[in-house]
Order: sequence, then C-alpha cells, then structure tokens
Amino acid sequence: MTNIHDERHFELTVNGERRQVVDVYPGESLLTVLRDRLGLTGAKGACEEGECGSCSVLLDGNLVCSCLVLAASATQSSVVTVEGLGGATDVQTAFVECGAIQCGFCTPGLIMAATNLLERSPEPPTDEIREALAGNLCRCTGYGRIVEAVQTVIAQRGQGAS
Amino acid sequence: MSDLGVRESSVAGGLGQSPVRPDGIAKSEGAYEFSSDLSADNMLIGKTLRSPHQHARIVSINTAPALAISGVHRIITAQDVPGKPTYGLISSDQPVFAADVVRYIGEPIAAVVADDEEICARAIDAIEVSYEVLPALADARLAKDPNTPSIHPDGNVIREQNVITGDLNAVGDVIVEDHYSIGMQDQAFLGLESALAIPDEDGAGVECHVATQWLHEDLGQVAACLDLPESAVRLVLGGVGGAFGGREDLSLQVHVCLLALATGRPVKMHYSRSESFLGHVHRHPAEIWMRHHATSEGILVKIEAEFVFDGGAYASTSSAVLVNAVTHAQGPYRCENADVKGIAVRTNNLPCGAMRGFGVVQACFAHERQMDLLAQACGLDPLEIRRRNAMSTGDRLITGQVVESVAPVSDIIEGLSRMPFPERAGATEEHPYELPGGAGNTTRPDDVVRGIGYGLSIKNLMYSEAFDDYSTARCQVRNGVVTLKFATAEVGQGFITIAPQIARSTLGLEEVELDVIDTNVGSAGSTSASRQTWMSGGAVEAACLRVRELVYQHVATAEGVDPLVYTIDGTELVNTSTGARRPMAEVVVGLEFDEEVEYRHRPTVPLNEDGQGDCHTAFAFVGHRAVVDVDIELGLVRVVEMSTVQDVGRALNPLSVTGQIEGGIAQGLGLALMEEIIQRDGRIMNPSFTDYLIPTIADMPPVVAELIEIPDPQAPMGAKGVGEPPTISSTPAVIAAIQDAMNTAYGSAPHLRRVPLQPSDVAKTVNARLGD
Repeated sequence: MTNIHDERHFELTVNGERRQVVDVYPGESLLTVLRDRLGLTGAKGACEEGECGSCSVLLDGNLVCSCLVLAASATQSSVVTVEGLGGATDVQTAFVECGAIQCGFCTPGLIMAATNLLERSPEPPTDEIREALAGNLCRCTGYGRIVEAVQTVIAQRGQGAS
Repeated sequence: MSDLGVRESSVAGGLGQSPVRPDGIAKSEGAYEFSSDLSADNMLIGKTLRSPHQHARIVSINTAPALAISGVHRIITAQDVPGKPTYGLISSDQPVFAADVVRYIGEPIAAVVADDEEICARAIDAIEVSYEVLPALADARLAKDPNTPSIHPDGNVIREQNVITGDLNAVGDVIVEDHYSIGMQDQAFLGLESALAIPDEDGAGVECHVATQWLHEDLGQVAACLDLPESAVRLVLGGVGGAFGGREDLSLQVHVCLLALATGRPVKMHYSRSESFLGHVHRHPAEIWMRHHATSEGILVKIEAEFVFDGGAYASTSSAVLVNAVTHAQGPYRCENADVKGIAVRTNNLPCGAMRGFGVVQACFAHERQMDLLAQACGLDPLEIRRRNAMSTGDRLITGQVVESVAPVSDIIEGLSRMPFPERAGATEEHPYELPGGAGNTTRPDDVVRGIGYGLSIKNLMYSEAFDDYSTARCQVRNGVVTLKFATAEVGQGFITIAPQIARSTLGLEEVELDVIDTNVGSAGSTSASRQTWMSGGAVEAACLRVRELVYQHVATAEGVDPLVYTIDGTELVNTSTGARRPMAEVVVGLEFDEEVEYRHRPTVPLNEDGQGDCHTAFAFVGHRAVVDVDIELGLVRVVEMSTVQDVGRALNPLSVTGQIEGGIAQGLGLALMEEIIQRDGRIMNPSFTDYLIPTIADMPPVVAELIEIPDPQAPMGAKGVGEPPTISSTPAVIAAIQDAMNTAYGSAPHLRRVPLQPSDVAKTVNARLGD
C-alpha cells in the first residue's frame, strides 16, 4: 500500500513571506494549503470548483480562485490573500460602511476581486463593475450595497486625486 | 417648551440610525471566524456515509475494512447512538443514522472519524453496506393515495389542513382557474455546514461550536440523542455564513458530538457543497390548483384551492409550512368565501422544511398569477384589480382571524403606481451587457420586448398555532458599560447591530458590549419567521427597560422624588418636573444592574378542522414591480429593475432593512428564473454551483425601495420583521412581467404557471406561432 504520508514539502511566497509547506498530499489546492496548512482562513471555500469566488486570492497580481490552483504549482509565484492587504484599506472600509457585508462569507473574495478591479481599471462604469464581480456569489445582500461600496471607493479616490 | 420625549437621534448609534456591523471590520479582513474556520489542537476530522438509494432495507454494514485503514479512529452507526435514535423539529421521525431502512438518497448511515479529510474519504469508500432495494415513492400525488404503501411508521400523510369559510355555493360572474407548480429551491447559503465538537476532559459532556439558527432547539435534540442532560452539552454559535431556513433542522450536530465523545478528542465536520445539498432541508416543491370567483367588477367572491406539498422522507417543519400556505391562499385581498384544501405528504425525495417565506412563497406565486388572470378576464389593469380587493386593518381573513396588524395594502399599491419606469436605454448592440443574453452575442436587439409585472403579498410574522414562542435577553450595566447577553443566532441579518442600538436608545448609554452567543442564557427561539427583531429585539428592549426603571428608582430614592418624574432624552437623564439634566453615563457610575427578561408575543391558537382560528401573531405586507427585457425568440430574460414598497412598521436600522430587501429580492428572482434542485429517481442532478444557479451581480438589477413606516402598535418599538416579505412576491412579479412581454409580442400567450421559468416556456410560444 502506498504511504499517503510521503514527505512532501515546498515553499510558497504568501503575503510577502516565504512559508514552508510540509506534509501535504500532492494534489492539495492552494485554498487547502492556505487554510489548513498555513492557518490563513481568510479565503473561504463554498463550492470547490471555481464558481463562487469565495476563495479568491491574487497570484502574481492576477485574481484567481485558489481552489482551482494546485498549491505545488505556485512555488514560483507571489500569493496575496485578504490577510495580506494590510487591513482597513479603502475597499474594506467601504464594504463595512456601505452595508455590503451581511453574513460575510463572500466578503474576503469580493474584497480581493474589487481591489483587483480597481487596480486594473480605476474608474469602471457600473456595467464593468458588475461584469468584473460576476464571478463572486453573494447570497445575502442582493449585491446592491456591494456596487455602492465599489462606487464609493471610486468617488473617494477621484476626490483624493483631484 | 423643550421636547422631553426620547429623541432617538441624539444617541450616537441609536435606533433609526445605521451604525456599522460590529463584526464588519473582522469580516472584511478575513479575521472573522466562521464555524468552518475553527480548529483545535489534536483535532480529528469526521465524515458521513450516505445512502445511495432512495428506498432500501439495510441488510448489513461491514465497517472492518474501513477501520483497518491507518489513521481511522472510529466508525459509528445507529447502534452507537446512546440516546434517542431519532430527532426532528416538530415530530421526532428522522433517524440520527438509518438503522434498518433508508428513505432518501443522502440519508446518513455511518460516520467516520480519522486523522484527516483524505483518510476519511478512503474510509467512507471502504465501508461495505448491502441493501435490499425497495420500490420508491417519488410522486407526492401518489403518496396521498390510501392504497400506496407507507414508507414510514408515521404514515405518508404529514398533515392535511383545510380552510373552509362562508358560502361554499357562492359563484362569481367571472371564474378563472389554473394549476401551478413551484420547483424545489435551495437556501444556498455560502458558508457550508460545519461544526467543531470538543469533549469535556472527563468525557461527561461536550461543547459544540456550530453554525445554526436556533441554539436551544439544537441543544434539546442533541442532548436527547446523546443521552446526556442538557447541562452537559454546551452549544456555542460558530460564525454563520447565511441560513435562510436551511439551518433550522439538525444536520451534523449529533454526529460530530458522538464522534468527539467516542474518541475523547476534538472533532470537526464540514460538508462540501454537493454534500450540503443532501445535508439540509429545502423549499417544498408544490402543486397548486386555484379557482377564483369574482363579480364582473373584479371583486373577489370566493377562492378555491388545493395544495400538495412534497415533504420528502421526513417531516421537518412540513406541517407548519402547509399551514402557512393554506392560511395565506387569499393573499393580501379581502375574500369572504373560501374552500381551500391542503396536504403535505412524505415521499422518498429529499426532506423539505424551512426556507425564507415558508409556505407563503408557494401560495403567493399561485394567487398572484390568479389575480393577473382575473384582471385580464375582467378587463382591468393588474394594479386596479388589486386595488379593488386590497385588505385593510380590521379585515377578517379566511381563517376568521381579524388582521389587527397595520395593513397598508392600498398604500403599497399607490406607492407602486407612482414609481417612475426605467428608461429604455438598454437593449442595443452598443450596450451588450444590457441584453438578455449578456455580452455573449446571443440576443438580437430586435427580439427584445419589455414587460412589466406586479406581485403583492401578506406574510405572518413569528410562530403560529399556540407555539410557546419567546426570547430571552439579559442586560447588565457595570462601570457605565452595558453588556447584552442572548442566544439569538446571528446569521448575517444584523441582530448584533440592532441589539446595541436598542440598548443605547433605551438607556442613554453609548457603550454597549455583546457577550458570547451560546446556551448559557435562555432560548431566543429561532432566527426565522422574520421574528428576531420583534422577539429578541423585544427581549433586549424589555431587559433594558427594567434596568432603566431600577436607575429611576435609585435616583428617585436619593433625591426623594417620585421615579415617574424621570425620563431619558438622548444620553441624559431628565427630571421632568425640574428640567434638571445629568448624563446617564454619570448617573450609573458605581451602580450595577443585571436583569434578564423573557419576552413573549401574544398567544395564538391551533386551527380547527375547518382551518378556523386566530393562529397567527401578526402580519407584514409588501408589493413588488418587475421590469424585464425578454428575448422573445430565445426565451432569455434580463430583469431591468425591481421596485418595491414594503410595510416595515419602523426601520430600526435603515441600511439593514435595505440589505434584507435587496437580498430577499435576489432570492425571489432566483426562484423565478433559475433556481431548482432537479431530482431524477431521487438523485440530485445538479448538486453544485455549476449547475444549481443562483443570481450573480450581473443578474441582479437595481432595486428601488420605498418603506412604509407606520409603527405597529403591537410590535416592540413599532418594528415589523422585514426578512421574508422581499422574497415572496418578487417571484410572481418577475413572471408577470415576462408574461406581459409575451402578451405584448403576440397579443396573447399561454399563461405562465411554473417556477423557475425555463427559456422554452417562452420560446415554445414562438414555435407554436411559427407553426400556425
């Protein structure tokens, strides 16, 4: 019988730190490694197949569903999770203040998606916001306050820049 | 003269304001612990073996090959349940583990506990179960046939309930009837079922951190199955990722506690998405026939209806869901004569129970489609037929109960009729996102037809039929800080936001802390039935009022005056006879108070055989208008806008109310257009978010909401529950709008009578026309 505890280990760069990942199954997803091996539970699992966006993280600056990324394939990449945003960013604050959070399970994924959107496109119109966030399911809010939060950030950044 | 009443806005974070959620920052930073984020040292993982058969006798279970796998600690089956072998919310008819018979695909048979998830999965595969497959009862209409063999010792009929009143021979000038179907909807909360059980060191008890809607109900059921006194079981609310009714029944609670007690180690269980579809109850699929009689002017004369609810294999709350359906068959309209029959039956399908709207969703879809048919038959506008029949406060329901709640149905209709229509800017090739097929280049702008539709509903609030419905809250004041303790499940709705608002406004103290939500205080009842603002809000207010009285008495004794001279204005204590003011924070220095209160709503009674009786506590009303663009050839629909006028009594936190309205409408839109669990021979064909679709941000239109704030005299602080109404009549409004587009395109079109709508329901009309 194969020993399923074959010693496997590798390094990941997560939120700017090199992290040792040990004692993993070869097929573990980045989401599983982040949550169960590295104790970073900000990324959430709600569908395990890339449909809900709750596990969204940035991989070399690109928004990905971490449940679809093989952890062992990310050793040369930089991973940023919601914990790595530093806290109290304008996006996070707007989500809190605009009522974009109810149960909050989708929130970390949406924060990552919205943060990434505004990096790529600083002043997206409403239909672009909707299209960009369409990979992140929310079951509580009906999305109205989420659109509002993103628009609030756009307005604030616009004022700050002027 | 100054106003000595409580000026609520003068307390920062008081009632009527929208302070931010206390857990908002943690949630935005990923630091909030959901039940699935919990872990403990030395923790093991548990997993459930489920039935692959709809109906079968279990001949044997051989766990030996699974136990032989390295890393597997224990496997438990029905024989390892020390206490009560079954559980259930209303009747205890559902086995913790199937012992001799399985009654649906997905029924738990055994649970494994192992070092990790992967070993659990291997062990589950290694358990050998042999079955004798039995004929399955899959059709609810067969279940009610007395010749059909019983699939459960309690029989196939869970409940029959009729509502009969008035002149059954009454006949209208205009009669419309049809058959309606509602598919099985899933709550699809994002935070999957999860719990962490930690055994006491001496093995005599267990602490379970779980995402649930009702800690004390879980406690009673779990302790009975574990054969432990309730004092030996402590339930703590793990962070809850949405609920919507799907966490009212037990799922993994007993299993995880048994595994923890069996191994003496912390055990965590968490479901995958596909397992979650099997692991909780769903919205009942229903078949409904309705016949409406009216005068030629469109005034309702009589309603006839028959409801068949498929409860699935176990009872859950089916009997209460049925009562809600039959007692809401009339909708928010006056009608004196009714002949309504209802039955909820058992089948070998997935068990069904609570989901937002609880029986009223099904009834409302049918009565609103009927009102549109009636409007057409009488040559009236859809709003006009509703206006002519609108219920008011003091009207008598078909149950004989008088509506004592504020019933602003006419105001709702007027509000909807005043709402401006969205511009028709979209639906061109320059704005591809505005087309029903999205940017996928599927819809030709020429095929797009706009439609407008309406839906109205009435919804009971709180529990019905003599249920002893109460909530408990404790208010402590020490060092000027208020601490609130309650067992109210925060599932995302925001009770933890309004509870401190209530305390601030009642006591004039701004600093409020919340204690842990667990079973170390009396029950709060369930976070369901739109009841927590009323019930737990009522309990928090009552506890704070009691503390306030003690403060008044203390100060009155010191000052030698009557306590009745005092009132609180904002953050100040005011002596109304002298006008003297002192900050409350100063008044309570050195004082300590600790008051616990059980709040009950007024009593209700069970329905009699004819469905008569004051069975409900209170009612809320709402109306919806949907504007849709329909690709009339392909049957694709884009909802352009949803408007709503909702009776809320009083918005204690306007932002939270908006959140409930928008979120509830999204679930109603989902039922209208996309959400259905498809079962074939009892097997779910779409147990994933790839195939069970819920609305995305691209599916949800802007929501225009107007609140009617007439404080309800019976409600604490005047506030009605707001959670369920948005979901209920949004569904028929969307369907009515699609019908309107089809009628516009073709002059007339077949009556839409099933949700969720399928594109073929629209497209086959085209094909029929082409065949003409």
